[in-house]
Amino acid sequence: MDVPAAISVPIHLAQLRPHAIGTVAKVEWDRLAEPEARRLRELGLDEGVEVELLRRSGLFGGPLACRIGRMTVALRRHVAATIHVALPAEAA
Amino acid sequence: MNATPLVALVGNPNAGKSALFNALTGARQKVGNYPGVTVERHSGRMALPDGRPIELIDLPGAYSLDPASPDEQVTRDVLLGRQQGERLPDAILTVVDASNLDNHLRFTLQLIALGLPIVVALNMVDLAERDGLKLDPEALERELGVPVVATVAVRRRGLDALKARMAEMVKGVAKIRPSAGVQHDIVLLQRRARQIATAVTLSETAARRWTHRLDALFLHPVAGPLILLATMFLMFQAVFAWSEVPKGLIEDGMAWLGSEIGAALPDGVLRSLIIDGVIAGVGAVVVFLPQILILFVFILVLEATGYMVRAAFLMDRVMASVGLSGRAFIPLLSSFACAVPGIMATRTIADEKDRLTTILIAPLMTCSARLPVYTIIIGALIPDRALLPGIGLQGLVLFALYVLGVVGAFCAALVLRRTVTRGATSGFMMEMPKYQWPRLRDVLLGLWQRALIFLKRAGTIILYTTVILWALLSFPKPPEGSGISKVDYSIAGRIGNGLQTIVAPIGFNRDMALALIPAMAAREVAVAAIGTVYAIDNADDDKGKASITQQLQAHWSLPSALAFLMWFVFAPQCISTIAVTRRETNGWKWPAFMIGYLFALAYVAAGITYWSAVGLGL
Ligand SMILES: Nc1nc2c(ncn2[C@@H]2O[C@H](COP(=O)(O)OP(=O)(O)OP(=O)(O)O)[C@@H](O)[C@H]2O)c(=O)[nH]1
Ligand SMILES: [Mg+2]
Repeated sequence: MDVPAAISVPIHLAQLRPHAIGTVAKVEWDRLAEPEARRLRELGLDEGVEVELLRRSGLFGGPLACRIGRMTVALRRHVAATIHVALPAEAA
Repeated sequence: MNATPLVALVGNPNAGKSALFNALTGARQKVGNYPGVTVERHSGRMALPDGRPIELIDLPGAYSLDPASPDEQVTRDVLLGRQQGERLPDAILTVVDASNLDNHLRFTLQLIALGLPIVVALNMVDLAERDGLKLDPEALERELGVPVVATVAVRRRGLDALKARMAEMVKGVAKIRPSAGVQHDIVLLQRRARQIATAVTLSETAARRWTHRLDALFLHPVAGPLILLATMFLMFQAVFAWSEVPKGLIEDGMAWLGSEIGAALPDGVLRSLIIDGVIAGVGAVVVFLPQILILFVFILVLEATGYMVRAAFLMDRVMASVGLSGRAFIPLLSSFACAVPGIMATRTIADEKDRLTTILIAPLMTCSARLPVYTIIIGALIPDRALLPGIGLQGLVLFALYVLGVVGAFCAALVLRRTVTRGATSGFMMEMPKYQWPRLRDVLLGLWQRALIFLKRAGTIILYTTVILWALLSFPKPPEGSGISKVDYSIAGRIGNGLQTIVAPIGFNRDMALALIPAMAAREVAVAAIGTVYAIDNADDDKGKASITQQLQAHWSLPSALAFLMWFVFAPQCISTIAVTRRETNGWKWPAFMIGYLFALAYVAAGITYWSAVGLGL
């Protein structure tokens, strides 16, 4: 199905195409346990930070690898699903 | 009053703190390319350019002063003076990774806000350059308002400048006490850190991102796990295949020593002690040095390259299915070397139940002390055949024993997480370091330290146990001409015969029963014990000259030997492991539980193996 480029589709990190680069639009912090949210912030996640999906989780739903700023980070899928990403128009 | 200034080394995990600590103090603390290498405080002395001493303490890496796990708690407690009986540090040397500034500066800002004198080591500038990143240390110094020195800890670059700045830093200490409290708003700190990082970056060229290219391969959903499995497999094949020549040399050396001493000493107690006790016993263990070193080459290289975290990544799915996380895989993998540092390394696990489970299953990972026992029995009773070119049957059996330990550990975790260590499922979130070439010097140093530890064990605990065992096996002597076996008549023989009633149902003979007790002191002693038993029993006839291998072939049936191997896979026979478990869990409850469940497992597994093997007519 074709989506017109003008409509921005809400997309989260786990749905990104590998190597697509976007910026964090919003993080649903309240869907994360407190220690998890804290560690995620400590790994540099914040609105406006550049993110890139490096390796999507495999067939059986293992973790995924992404780049947050300059750091490569491994995350589980349910955490990645709370990270909303804005893509530049042509990549969406 | 103690006048030596105390300086704490603090910073993010994997920033190079321990490497810098080693460079400054000449110590040999463990460095490795994954977060969470250091889990304890270590102290050392360094000299300033003018000769004044400083006491430097290396601390576990942390992301902030709000600890998530026990290792980060150590850092916080030392820094804020909450550690019992510890001096408060007078100043801080903080280490940041230049190629990761926007993140590492956040912790630096939090540390600066503490108000202690501080110097920033802008470390790993070589890696930043490799990534096409040009930074301006002077600009960073202006932005932060504290001294900044560019360093490459592993090449000892920037050390003189660093020492000079440290000398200034400690000039006026002791008057200053932390004034401000801890600043907890990480979001604010993080944003400021990003601004500064941008401001001090002079230029950034498109980097050759080797790490991402390698990850495309090593984290691949299909290729990744296959590479991991192949690496493990190669490791255990190599332990057999590459060690034959050096092992043969040591064996020949021991035999030569035995015959020289045999010729030089008059027949008697002393000669028996040296030949039957020390050489047959300790010698039997020392022979395994090459194998242990080969195992360590693999482990050290995996740790130095950054592959450990990739292995944790690949294992996370499997670990999650037994209620653990990929994080726990790193301590478990170090337990292949020894369960003691493995259990220490669980301090990096944030969730308490998760950590406890990992501690309880760590002894199931086959440690290097089991290697001699496995090798000697496999070598004697499993035919040396090549199944495929390059894949030997013996190496395969060894690999199977390792796999069995891992599978046993996972099953145990599954049960524990549903019973005694029940709790919320833990998460997996981990920083993945950049790949690095292993440094030859570091690997050689690691091997050298390992060899020393092993030889020291052989020269102390293994020697003592062997000598005691020799004495218990040699006395009292049976009456001349009675025809009673020397071993049966001795104290140890009587104990062995008694113990055998317990282990006979799982197929153990007297000599196996005998080997179990000294093996509690150190597992390798089982080999030494077997060596000594047969050396004494056959000292008078020609059979006494036969090697342990030939003795095993003559005295052990295959089902019994397999049951014995199975026992060693599961049994908790290591006092140091029990002691460290007690320390890390603050009491006797968990070590007692660990001993109980592992012995039960060992007994049942050995029994099943024995009777199945007998049933199959092996
Ligand atoms: N290229 C480069 N590598 C470095 C430098 N300093 C340290 N390393 C490497 O970086 C890795 C981490 O070093 P460590 O000293 O173990 O780091 P740490 O800060 O003590 O880490 P934790 O104890 O886990 O907190 C090791 O592989 C070191 O060899 C450096 O200046 N340049
Ligand atoms: Mg360290």
